[in-house]
Amino acid sequence: MGGNSPCASCKLLRRRCAKDCIFAPYFPSDDPHRFAIVHKVFGASNISKMLQELPIHQRADAVNSLVYEANARVRDPVYGCVGAISYLQNQVAQLQMQLAVVQAEILCIQVQQEPMILPSQPPVAAMEAGMMDGPMDHKSGLGGFLHSNVLPSQYLSFSSSSNVTTHVESLKRESLSFLGHDMVS
Amino acid sequence: MAVHGSRCAACKYLRRRCPQDCIFSPHFPSSNPQRFAYVHRIYGASNVGKMLERIALLKLDGFENDQRVPEFERSHVADSLHFEAKCRIEDPVYGCVGFISRLEHQIHSIESEIAMTRALMMMYESSLNRQKGGPSEH
Repeated sequence: MGGNSPCASCKLLRRRCAKDCIFAPYFPSDDPHRFAIVHKVFGASNISKMLQELPIHQRADAVNSLVYEANARVRDPVYGCVGAISYLQNQVAQLQMQLAVVQAEILCIQVQQEPMILPSQPPVAAMEAGMMDGPMDHKSGLGGFLHSNVLPSQYLSFSSSSNVTTHVESLKRESLSFLGHDMVS
Repeated sequence: MAVHGSRCAACKYLRRRCPQDCIFSPHFPSSNPQRFAYVHRIYGASNVGKMLERIALLKLDGFENDQRVPEFERSHVADSLHFEAKCRIEDPVYGCVGFISRLEHQIHSIESEIAMTRALMMMYESSLNRQKGGPSEH
């Protein structure tokens, strides 16, 4: 990057593109939209500060994530990336419901085949442990913002093991009628 | 809302007078100075103000419809900016995109487990059907 032609950021900012331009490796001149969008949302000086605080080998990933966030904010000026997070969390909750249903159906079949063996606890509770790790967990930050606005409470409480067991029991009864067998419980 | 004579967190941070119609004051109360500090560090006061005030400014293809952000939406703008800024400060490389990536990974993982469980269920069902179709019991 660099050489004789200015990078996309220096073109937009109308300045000389130095050989050690911090933006040049990540904002090539053939993609002016990329810098334009991050400049619009974050501002060139803020991006420069963020990049300066990072080691060189991490800057490409940082720029890519900033571009992603900026695009999300342009697409959704009110919620930005948080809109996408909310949608994905909703998907996770729905899929966990589906998984619980399927696991309950398997439990029914297992019980039919070997009624003396007690069914093991579904792994949904184990999945909860890895569900919200990372810098923001569901209870803080995002949880406070999204809990009341987007996700119904039954999805938010669904991942607790006691709720799963109750849910599995009720599903068992439904599944048995579906299979057309009388259950001697 | 900023009480007349007391400044919001943004105006305190920026060391300026807080006007009656300050765009920041409903969303950055003086009781939570860190909230504005985070968004200012990542976006800058000017960009935050623009994003609170106008949607059209974020559109790159021109400003034909200069729409003001409705009042009730501004708190969502402020909250989401704060969340994203906090994520970026805690994870300077990936910000909230790291969170999105983990959620997508989790979705793939659950979908795989659903598929595996369904396959297992089909095996059980066919095994059950074979048992039923076994030697007659009477």
